[in-house]
Amino acid sequence: MSEFDRDNSPNRRKVLECMTWVGTGVLWTISGGVPHSIGLIGEAGAAGTRGLTFAQISDSHVGFDKPANPNARGTLEEAIARINALPEKPAFMIHTGDITHLSKEKEFDDADSIISQSRLDVHYVPGEHDFLDPEQKLYRERYARAAKGTGWYSFDANGVHFIGLNNVVDLKAGGLGNLGADQLEWLEDDVKSRSASTPIVVFAHIPLWTVYQDWGWGTDDGAQALSYLKRFGSVTVLNGHIHQVMQKVEGNVTFHTARSTAFPQPAPGAAASPGPMKVPEEQLRQMLGIADVTLKEAGQRLAIVDSPLKA
Amino acid sequence: MLRHIIAAAGLGGLAGLVLGAGVLLAAPADPSGTISIDNFTFAPATLTVKAGGSVTWINKDDIPHAIASATGAFTKSKALDTDDTFSFTFTTPGTYKYFCYLHPRMVGSIVVEAATGSAATQ
Repeated sequence: MSEFDRDNSPNRRKVLECMTWVGTGVLWTISGGVPHSIGLIGEAGAAGTRGLTFAQISDSHVGFDKPANPNARGTLEEAIARINALPEKPAFMIHTGDITHLSKEKEFDDADSIISQSRLDVHYVPGEHDFLDPEQKLYRERYARAAKGTGWYSFDANGVHFIGLNNVVDLKAGGLGNLGADQLEWLEDDVKSRSASTPIVVFAHIPLWTVYQDWGWGTDDGAQALSYLKRFGSVTVLNGHIHQVMQKVEGNVTFHTARSTAFPQPAPGAAASPGPMKVPEEQLRQMLGIADVTLKEAGQRLAIVDSPLKA
Repeated sequence: MLRHIIAAAGLGGLAGLVLGAGVLLAAPADPSGTISIDNFTFAPATLTVKAGGSVTWINKDDIPHAIASATGAFTKSKALDTDDTFSFTFTTPGTYKYFCYLHPRMVGSIVVEAATGSAATQ
């Protein structure tokens, strides 16, 4: 499980060509420690990747029924069907939050019944829409029983260290996303004994980098978290929340946000507010999607492929 | 405005107060007030009411919002889906800062004036 297939790595140029801002999901390929977005899911599969591949979905907002997408359950089903149709089955899936729209039991039930059709292990982190029940317990009872605090944890797969963070609780007036002192302390401790050559994948709902402060698209103490990861040769930060693909590379850190499976949101500052964006029906599925990520060889970036529900 | 008049009439229990409400509406502060949430913005950003008056938030967005005091001065609302409302009655004069706990960049203030009409000092 810890070896990467160095001989069968796909044509890297092809992989990069496939990187796209349009997509239903992101297919991530971790090659040698750095994630690559492999573009459309079908193309990523055609590349015949070995090594570790996992899928990412985000912002399924089960329960949302407003004009921007009256059937968010239906588009989540389509996203899972896209993942099931991947030529190469992902090792597991991550969901970067806003599973539900209003944290209702029925919404969680519906989300589970749809997502379980992937027959994949799913590693969740919560969005702010998943902590709206009065006791803030529904998410934790379902997905975070083994997690620390309000739902942060780490695990290892194929030599990659994965860290799931919660930056959506105890938000402060006027502020952005928030990790808090307890979680930061845990994170520092979690990574301090690991080799700098260990590829790191961090996933959380709200972007850990400031995408657009006016709309709250950032995390107040995100820089603090990233400071603990500076010595690592390959860090990939995967987020959702903003319902569109954004990517930034800064030194050894690749930041990437995935599309929603439910409804698009406007580009930063392109509308009066970041509310759900109503687009013509024929365009909706071009703005929703999944992602998959593949690690091919240690020392390389993970390949991230964002795929729309419909090209 | 009708909401305010009805509220005043209900409090007083006398039809004559309806006339009085008309006078109050012309004063700097209404006894009660409504805040509309539209495009991730509280309007008005600062609302002034009289002590004992209620404040009602109504969410006009296609996304839920939720109200919490920035200082824990009042109980937070549940998540407000489209057209849902949340009301709270402020009995003590002062300035109350609040925010949306889903979207904390959204902030606003309630100024509660003494019922006698003099401005609060707090």
